[in-house]
Amino acid sequence: MSSNVSAVTTVTGKAEPNMTDTTSPAPSTFRGLETRGAHAWFGKHHALADVSLRFPEKTVTGLIGPSGCGKSTFIRLLNRMHEFIPGAAMAGEVLLNGEDVYASEQDPAMIRLKVGMVFQKPNPFPAMTIRENVLAGIKLAHLKRDNHDDIVEQCLTRAGLWKEVKDRLDASGGSLSGGQQQRLCIARSLAVDPEVLLMDEPCSALDPGSTLRIEETIKELAEKITVVIVTHNMQQASRVSDYCAFFLTDGGPGYLVEADSTRKIFTNPVDPRTADYVQGKFG
Amino acid sequence: MTVIYSRADKVFRGIVTAGALTSLILLGLIAAFLIFRSADTFRTFGFDFITGAEWFSAGDGFEADNVFSIGPMIVGSIVVALIAMSMAIPLAIGGALYIEFYAPRSIYRVLVSLLDLAAAIPSLIFGLWGIEVFTSIGVRWSTFLNDRLGFIPIFSVDFVNFGRSPFVAGCVLAALVVPITTSVAREVYSRTPRDLVDTCYALGGTKWGAIRTVVMPYGRSGVIAGAMLGLGRALGETVAIYLMLNLVFSYSYRILDSAGGNVASMIALKFGEATTKEISALIAAGLVLFIITLIVNMIASSIVQRTTPRA
Amino acid sequence: MTTATVQPTAEAQPQRPWAVKRSTRMFSAGRLLAFAVAAFAITLVTPLANVDGWAIAFLLVNIVWNLGVTSKLGAKERKDALLRLTITSLGMLAFIPWLSIFVSVLLKGYRALYPGYFVGDMRVTTPDDEYNMGGAGHAIVGSLIMVAIATVVTLPLGILSGIYLTEVRGRLTFLVRFIVQSMAGVPSVVAGLFIFATVVQSMGKYSGLAGGLALAVLMLPTVSRTAEEVLKLVPDDLRNAGYALGARQWRTALMVVLPTVRAGLITAAILGIARVIGETAPLLLTSLNTNGFVFNPFGGTVASLPTYIFAMFVYGTEYSTARAWTGSLVLLAFVLFFFLLARRLGGRKTAVKTKK
Repeated sequence: MSSNVSAVTTVTGKAEPNMTDTTSPAPSTFRGLETRGAHAWFGKHHALADVSLRFPEKTVTGLIGPSGCGKSTFIRLLNRMHEFIPGAAMAGEVLLNGEDVYASEQDPAMIRLKVGMVFQKPNPFPAMTIRENVLAGIKLAHLKRDNHDDIVEQCLTRAGLWKEVKDRLDASGGSLSGGQQQRLCIARSLAVDPEVLLMDEPCSALDPGSTLRIEETIKELAEKITVVIVTHNMQQASRVSDYCAFFLTDGGPGYLVEADSTRKIFTNPVDPRTADYVQGKFG
Repeated sequence: MTVIYSRADKVFRGIVTAGALTSLILLGLIAAFLIFRSADTFRTFGFDFITGAEWFSAGDGFEADNVFSIGPMIVGSIVVALIAMSMAIPLAIGGALYIEFYAPRSIYRVLVSLLDLAAAIPSLIFGLWGIEVFTSIGVRWSTFLNDRLGFIPIFSVDFVNFGRSPFVAGCVLAALVVPITTSVAREVYSRTPRDLVDTCYALGGTKWGAIRTVVMPYGRSGVIAGAMLGLGRALGETVAIYLMLNLVFSYSYRILDSAGGNVASMIALKFGEATTKEISALIAAGLVLFIITLIVNMIASSIVQRTTPRA
Repeated sequence: MTTATVQPTAEAQPQRPWAVKRSTRMFSAGRLLAFAVAAFAITLVTPLANVDGWAIAFLLVNIVWNLGVTSKLGAKERKDALLRLTITSLGMLAFIPWLSIFVSVLLKGYRALYPGYFVGDMRVTTPDDEYNMGGAGHAIVGSLIMVAIATVVTLPLGILSGIYLTEVRGRLTFLVRFIVQSMAGVPSVVAGLFIFATVVQSMGKYSGLAGGLALAVLMLPTVSRTAEEVLKLVPDDLRNAGYALGARQWRTALMVVLPTVRAGLITAAILGIARVIGETAPLLLTSLNTNGFVFNPFGGTVASLPTYIFAMFVYGTEYSTARAWTGSLVLLAFVLFFFLLARRLGGRKTAVKTKK
């Protein structure tokens, strides 16, 4: 189904192994996020079938494909948010640094600290100031941190928002523009020090200028953490990601067609459907 | 969209407007008649009607000996209502949070239906239940409060007679008022934006963390509106209080004592054998009560109007 | 280059690894039972007594257990567990009075209930007579007559209000809506006083008509509000279709919009009925009570379920109190009946939104 590419230089110049080689027996020693044969159901409706994917550390992976292919469902499997939906079920394994995220000893809240999420619509907490928003995760997770001011500054800087708001940290979270709000949400997610950041179409509700700002931010973030971004915008995927995974559905559950380095997917994909999609012939 | 109105339309609109205005007119009529029929009392007693603490009805022919004042009744109404609300509000918030976030999903709809049904239980039945079932429990609690916390003035008593006190009546009134407030609170909590709650979980929070951080701040004004609605109900309740509270015309801060005041049940109590002048005084009392509950309900209304998203 | 293919997991089955396992659930249930017994034991040896004492003991046992279980975990887990306990307790506490009322009404109302209860009256029976004498038929009939009067008055006015607020939308909209909301809070005794001061005094006597009108005053806000909500649900497309066919506004309203919401309007009426059928105070001032069947609302005092119950209860003997409870049983049955009827007819419109 997918090819084994060795030592390809990615967009950001890192050399990384392939993405879909999940044949090594468990327990895996792969550092990073990995799924093996992941399925997802909503009640009886089979939404996602047999996705095996690796997300190497400190890379950006774009999940592309037409809407309704289960991409959003898939990332919600990764940080155990899928289970909040009534009737949700899953199968397969999700491994973080070799450990099964769904094992019964695991505390889902701890998993969510390590695998953060930014949602499609910017949603800063309306009743809180900018500063309080950034620190919200620390308060919610009861993390012991003494250096709140440093954290606020670091996270807002990493999110590319510090310069714009450093003089009005006590303003309400809702007083920012859409793009700024989304960067605030990114900063908020960064405050709890995740290893992976999942982003569900983070720019789809924003104007092009804010979108580009956030794309820059994503590339910078990937120096320290792994980013998985669901996007409908192929240009965005080609700009921002090191790897791409192409999802499709034939009316049934969504499945993975092909996953490889971005350059390969966009210039010389293996599957003809991938070629059609990236050339804009559908979706 | 502009629509041309034919003559038939104008007639139609006229009828409809007239019908809609009936509520307006009705309210105005109520106020007008109450004012008109109670004017006599206010002319005779003036402000003392509201502050004084005596009610004496001399027979016909001795009108000059009449003394009508409802001070303790007003204060008593407020005291009982406050006792009820102090218990009802935590129960309502807890009940609403429980239904929305902690109850098993399978019984969610049953609980909500039960809540609606509870709001429909006639207050008379609450009164019956209060006397026959609750009073013994209420007396036990009163004894406990009096024994352990009797040094606090409101919990002290002159005679140990706990059965028909503002406290016990307030407990029953709380049970009566909880459904309304809980319904409103639950409605508001259920409208909390889902992705704000999800974000709390995504940041590693617990269910209580999500509730504290997002749900309760979001629902605060709705809960206040619900509380005001409940307060309005509590202030105007007649029969349940009539059965459960011993009306006494004197100011008292002792809530465990079987002596209290309530304007609505006073009206019901005195109505049966009232003289003409007395009826005018009762109507005056009704007017005062009406104004108080009107203010409370208008505040609640405006809070609801301000916070509900426009249709 | 080797192609690494992953064998698709053969027919993967949906699982819920996060779900509470059945064994854990049974353990929890068993544990709660054990706590209940422990709490009972506590009530025997400590001053905590009776049902409320048991409830407090049960709560204490739960608190101790929760503190113990979370002692090794962090503050976050402890707070979460304790707040879960608090909220659940408050929720239970909120529901208990109503459950107690339902149970009491059933248990205490059963005694004076016999088939003749629904057709008998109190003309020859005193409240203190044996249970198989007399009845509350007169009260039931009286209530129904007065509620019918109230409905006849309120339904047209409420619907007109609703139409005004949704179709006509004149300048007074805000005022009308505000007034309707405020009127909902008129104390029942004040409504009774109003009708007394007007209808009773001008007619010179108490009557079923006065009672019905007092109930109408209380019913109007409910019907208005529900009518408005139901009319608001009608999509504008429907109205536009009417206009597009050349109909005037009044025709559209009467022939397109109203039929659509017929069920909803009936529901509005029934909800209003359910609300006022149990009102006592206004009837104490307008229609009072009587002992026999009265079918003429203009005639004089009329019995009604609430005033009947009230009269029986304050009479004070064992038999009369039992009659009061039986009357309450009948009244509650009526309320439940109308309530379920409104649900049935209204369907989605009156049912509550489920969890998203």
